[in-house]
Formats: sequence, structure tokens, C-alpha cells
Amino acid sequence: MLAATGIGLGHYLAVAAILFTIGVFGIFLNRKNIIVILMSVELILLAVNINLVAFSAELGDLAGQVFALMILTVAAAEAAIGLAILVIFYRNRGTIAVEDVNSLKG
Amino acid sequence: MQSAITSSDITSFASLAPAYPELLLAVGTVVLLLIALFWKSHRSGVIAGVAIVLLIATFALLVMQPGDAVLFNGVFIVDGFARYMKALVLGGAAFILLISLSSAREHGLDKFEYSILILLATLGMMVMVSANDLMSLYVGLELQSLALYVVAAMKRDDSKATEAGLKYFVLGALSSGMLLYGASLVYGFTGTTQIDQIVNAITAENRSIGLIFGMVFLLAGIAFKISAVPFHMWTPDVYEGAPTPVTAFFAAAPKVAAMALFVRVTMVSFESVTRDWQQIVIFLSIASMGLAAFAAIGQNNLKRLMAYSSIGHVGFALVGLSAGTITGAEGVAVYMAIYVAMTVGVFACLLSFKTADGSPIETIGELAGLSRKRPFVAAIFAILMFSLIGLPPLAGFFAKWQVFLAAIEQGLFVLAVIGVLASAVSAFYYLRIVKVMYFDEPTHEFAAVPAELGAVMAGVGFVVVTYFVTVGAPLTAAAALAAGSL
Repeated sequence: MLAATGIGLGHYLAVAAILFTIGVFGIFLNRKNIIVILMSVELILLAVNINLVAFSAELGDLAGQVFALMILTVAAAEAAIGLAILVIFYRNRGTIAVEDVNSLKG
Repeated sequence: MQSAITSSDITSFASLAPAYPELLLAVGTVVLLLIALFWKSHRSGVIAGVAIVLLIATFALLVMQPGDAVLFNGVFIVDGFARYMKALVLGGAAFILLISLSSAREHGLDKFEYSILILLATLGMMVMVSANDLMSLYVGLELQSLALYVVAAMKRDDSKATEAGLKYFVLGALSSGMLLYGASLVYGFTGTTQIDQIVNAITAENRSIGLIFGMVFLLAGIAFKISAVPFHMWTPDVYEGAPTPVTAFFAAAPKVAAMALFVRVTMVSFESVTRDWQQIVIFLSIASMGLAAFAAIGQNNLKRLMAYSSIGHVGFALVGLSAGTITGAEGVAVYMAIYVAMTVGVFACLLSFKTADGSPIETIGELAGLSRKRPFVAAIFAILMFSLIGLPPLAGFFAKWQVFLAAIEQGLFVLAVIGVLASAVSAFYYLRIVKVMYFDEPTHEFAAVPAELGAVMAGVGFVVVTYFVTVGAPLTAAAALAAGSL
């Protein structure tokens, strides 16, 4: 079904895999600030959505698209809560730099 | 496998009967939220009390449930395993709410939102345990996680608690992402999202590499939630930073729900590729037991120590799952029940540890001389430490015995030996606490123990000591029934 356009399932999966990898590296290699981590989390979720929609079209099965809609909804709630926690963290510390999130360790 | 279970369409309210416990909890929580919002002069303690009653009512409905069923187009399953694990989750949540009553104020938890969020997290865990579809699994998991992120950071003016909340959020979001990526691959390579249908699309011979990738990501995501090594790095920080009652909740209920999910996904969905996931589980198990045994030795903070202890116990529970058999799943079920009981007891003690002026005690050194000032608490805490080590005839011994037995039945001798060795090493840090309590000179006075904490301690102590003659047999029978329904 996807192949008719010349771009097959493999291409979509490759894009999703690249996005996912960028997202994971964005979380671990990022030394700047926490907003970038939130953006990386969104990238990971978008990679998942691309995967699901591509599979859904390939399989001719709607479940994947329903799943993608659920992820979109929950991701919005998750981002809201993440930002809220970030705001109270900033009020306490006056910074959102990743390297300053270090008072607990061992 | 699921032939005895009938699928029913929703034609009337009565056909929702298998989901009554969840419905009661959901509706009850919303009503309680509205009451707390509009009743301006409410006291948070009263709301917490109502929340406990609501959990008990849900528990009663759960126990009275007639039989097994699959609801909502197959996304929600009620079987013996789900009921058993839900009972543990509800029991754990109710007891943690009870023991947090007396110290809510000093931990900044004397707000009605605390009880409401705990109830919502518990509802999410019930959905997780009953999930029969990757979608309901995800929604349940997120309902639980989102509520817990907020609870961890609830003490808003405390820099440690907000940092704990932030760390928990970032790593929790990452783990959900990995779990979802795995779920999307599993869906793509099997063509279904239903947990009990996935198994039909996989055979050991023609499994595709994409499916194995998906399974690994899915299991890694869940391993984050049970905090198995190497996905444990958030646990010590979050446990130390979060307010103690919240740490108690983290250590008890969500672990059980995530472990139930782990068992259901591996034993049901990936039954035909048991050899593949067995290697992963064995690795997680050995790494968790080993790291926890050594990393905990250098800890002085009691909450941080309990974090490593819980990582270790997850490793021991996974020994049972490594066997990949019904006996193994039964071992995991028994282990989680005993683990929850011990965790509730330990945290009841931790919450009662206060100096005479009411400031909480968080380091091991401050417990010096507890046995002379508060002999009852010291005795219970020592018993719990011995039980956590796994000394007979305490409950912790029987928990370990069951999982090791399951592993040995499958010829996993190396795993069992490593487990016993890790258990012996971990004895060091548990015994150190006992030594400080009993043999060091007291340096300060200890505050009196609130009545309900004393009652919980006495109850847990009784169960742990008399496990073999009292709850042992019925618990094992219930666990066998639960594991058999998978």
C-alpha cells in the first residue's frame, strides 16, 4: 500500500529509527538545559507515532492509528506535567541547566 | 490458553461487572476530588481517611468478583493473576496512606491532592495489571506515572524533592518512550496489539529480528519501572529526595504492578520465544542482585539504602521469572506479596524514627541506641532486617526459597548460586543497621511512636515471624491459582 508512492515501509522505519536515536542521544549527551530533554522526549514519541502509522497503513489495520492518537493525547499531558515540575525546580534553584541537577547522588 | 474466558459486549451496566472495582475507584476518586474542592474547611486527614475507606471498598469488590472475563474488545482482562496482583496493589496503597497520616504535615503532604493522586496512581496500576492490549498497558502505565511524578515533587519548596521529581519525570518519560518504540515494532511485526494474540503470530522458528528488537525495547521499558539494573539509576536519587511517605509508596505498589506487567507480557505474549527473553531476564536478575548487594554497603542514608535494597529484591523476584515456568510465576507472586508486607513494615518504622524535637531521622548513625529508648520499634526493625536478608523461619526466607526452587527446577544452578551469594553479601548492610541500633551508645532521645504506626509494625512483625504457620499456606495457594490462570 505504501510502496505505490515509491517510498516503502523501510523508509518510514528508517526515519523513525533515526528520530528515536536522536531523541535518546539528546537526553544522554545534552549538557545544556532541561528544555532540550523535553524536546528529545517529544522526538522519541514522534518516532513511535511514525512507526505506528506506517505499520498501520502497511497492514491495513486501524489499531496502529488509534494507538498513535492515544500517544499524542498522553504526550500532551506528560509535557504539561514535565513543564510544571521544571517551573517549581527553577523556583527552588534559579537554574534549569542539566549540570546543576546534582544535589542527589551516590 | 484463554478458552475458559468469555468475551462479552457491553450491553448493560451489569455486563461491566468485571470492571466494577476500577469503576468504583475512578468514580469515587473524582467525587472525592470534587468534595475536597468545594468543602473549603476540609481537613486533609479526613480526605485521606475517606481515600483509605475507598481503597478498602474497592478491595472488597475485587474479592467478591465472580469469574474471569475479557472486556472492552479484549483490551481489559480479569483473571486470577490480575485479581491477585490488584489485591497486593490495593493493600499496599491503603497501608501506605495509613502510615503517612501521622507525618503528612512535616513532609508537606497535608494536602487533599496527595490522597487523590495516590488513588489515581492506584487506578492506573489496576489498569496496568488488567491490561490485555498494548494500548491499555500504555494508558494504565501513564496514568500511574503522571500521578507519581507530581507526588514526588509535591513538597514544592523543597529543593531535593523537586529534583527527585524532575529526575523521575525525565527517566520515566524516556522509559515510556522505549516501551512504546518496542510496542510499535511488536505491533508491526505481529499485526496485533493484543497481548494474548501476539503469541499466535510468533513461532520460535520464524521469529523476525524486528520482533526481537521490539521485545527487547518493550522489556527494557518495563525494566525501568521495576528499576532492574542497568535501568535503575533513577531509583536511589528519587527515593532519597522524595518525601518519606512517597518513597514508601514508590517502593511498594508501583513495583508490584510493573512486575505483574513484566510477568504477563513475557509469559503470555512471548511464550513461544521463552529462550530469547529468558536470557534478558537472567541478565537483569544477576545484575540487580549483584549491584544492589555491593552498592548498598557504602550508604548511610536509610532511604537510599532501601532503594538499593528494593533493587536487590527485584533481582531476586526476577530469579523466579527466569525459570519461565508456572512455578516461577508463582514464586514471583509470593515474592511480591512478602516484599510488599516487608516494605510497609520497614517504612512504618522509618516514618516513626524521629528525634525528640520531631525532626525525622534519615541516616543510620542516628539510630544508635534505639533498642534502649524504643525497644519495640528496634525489635520490629531488626526482625524486618533479618527477613529482608532471608533468614529462616522469617517470611523473607520462604519468598527466596520459592523463587530459587523454581530456578533450580529448570537447571539454572549458576543463577541460584549467584542469588544466594548476593543474599549473603547483602546481609552485611542489613546487619550493620541492627548493630547500630543494639550496640551503639544512644546520642539523643527518640520521639514517641504514633498508635497506628505501632499497630502496623506489630501486624507486619507478626505476619513475618509466624509466616510459615499462619499466612504461608493460603498465600502460596492463592499465588498458585494466580499463576495458573496466566
